[in-house]
Amino acid sequence: MANRTIIPFGPQHPVLPEPIHLDLVVEDEKVIEAIPSIGFIHRGLERLVEKKDFQEFVFVAERICGICSFIHGQTYCQGVETIMKIDVPARARYLRTIWGELSRIHSHLLWLGLMADSFGFESLFMHAWRVRERVLDVIEATTGGRVIFGTCKVGGVRRDIDAAAMTRLLEQVKEVERETREIVNVFTNDGTVKHRLCGVGRLSHEEAYALGCVGPTLRACGWALDSRTLGYAAFNELEFKPIARTEGDCYARTVLRCDEIFQSADLIRQAAAKLPAGEIATKVTGNPDGEFFARVEQPRGEVIYYIKGNGTKNLQRFRVRTPTFANIPALVKTLQGCDLADVPILVLTIDPCISCTER
Amino acid sequence: MSLFTMTGLVLKSLFRKPFTHRYPFEPRVPVPGMRGAVAVDLSTCIFCGLCVRKCPTQALEVDRAAKRWTIDRLRCISCGACVEACPKKCLRLTTDHGVAVVTRDREVFEHA
Repeated sequence: MANRTIIPFGPQHPVLPEPIHLDLVVEDEKVIEAIPSIGFIHRGLERLVEKKDFQEFVFVAERICGICSFIHGQTYCQGVETIMKIDVPARARYLRTIWGELSRIHSHLLWLGLMADSFGFESLFMHAWRVRERVLDVIEATTGGRVIFGTCKVGGVRRDIDAAAMTRLLEQVKEVERETREIVNVFTNDGTVKHRLCGVGRLSHEEAYALGCVGPTLRACGWALDSRTLGYAAFNELEFKPIARTEGDCYARTVLRCDEIFQSADLIRQAAAKLPAGEIATKVTGNPDGEFFARVEQPRGEVIYYIKGNGTKNLQRFRVRTPTFANIPALVKTLQGCDLADVPILVLTIDPCISCTER
Repeated sequence: MSLFTMTGLVLKSLFRKPFTHRYPFEPRVPVPGMRGAVAVDLSTCIFCGLCVRKCPTQALEVDRAAKRWTIDRLRCISCGACVEACPKKCLRLTTDHGVAVVTRDREVFEHA
């Protein structure tokens, strides 16, 4: 038996966009066990509900994550709106859907770039981010911010998209789709890429469910589970069917995210075509009293917000279960028995967002 | 197994002008509707202090007696809550980020 060595991986590592630490117990080149530790960027945002009033807190909720920021704000607003029984105008629901899907496209493109970087394909990384830049420009033109949208508020949205801006948005989405297709071709068909991804980090159908995976990690194992089927925002009025693949390896997770980019583009087109006229926000009076679990599909998987109000302007309790947290057990499982050289790919394959996880 | 799937993309990029802006030489074209720095027009301001109440980061201060409106640029997150709250519409968000702030001093606007 070879000697066992413990190799620290992270919190500072070239492949990691955010700090997570793994102790890799290695025997020769094989990883026997991985022990994760988190807690490097805990900011105590959940406790802030005691200081900020519930309408101001949307700004904090949006800053939980820098990538899925809009969906965090949306989930928080949906939770508070359900407690307060606020009827959100249809136009606001559709606009939330459009911005949510735009943020999914930019998140997946960002991830594709990082993934390419993790297996050493620098130029592919640059190309993925080049396309992402176009999405960010669309977001900036419609919301005023590139990463923090700041458009969601309790009772609706703060900005409208007029007809001319919507036409430009749809043109850009079409262009993004065309450019993404060129990149996706490399991810799905290139021999070198497939060589690094196929069969790596395989999770079985049952394991994925038992370990409580969410999002693309779960869907790549044959489970067509997606919170968007709950029909929040405008999803109950749009044609939507979750994509699933059966292989359960890194390649499946990559291709699945590629497919989701096109699905999101399609959802944006559907929402834009059905976009109803009318108000974009309702007036909010009173304070939330009650509790609610809000579930929304983020690019990384299902996020759960627990919100409890006690009739004052500050919430009593606020808790977020982020998708990355749910996927860490799966990561630890796939790391067992993998090659040391595959560790960066496996860590990235769950699309870790540590800022979200630690709040 | 296919190889050289990237070749077309690479060749295309080779003969195309750079995708990035040549920033310091080519100034960035401001995007209309961008949330930039907060600007105030004191000629219409009534110093009601609603913006101070709505600011989520406590970046603003208003002194009604001295007719003074101040902002801590390092605290401001350009969310636009003050702009929405302003009853006289004397606040607005510009389409640029403003000048870089290097000290912790508040920027003071006084009614002449």
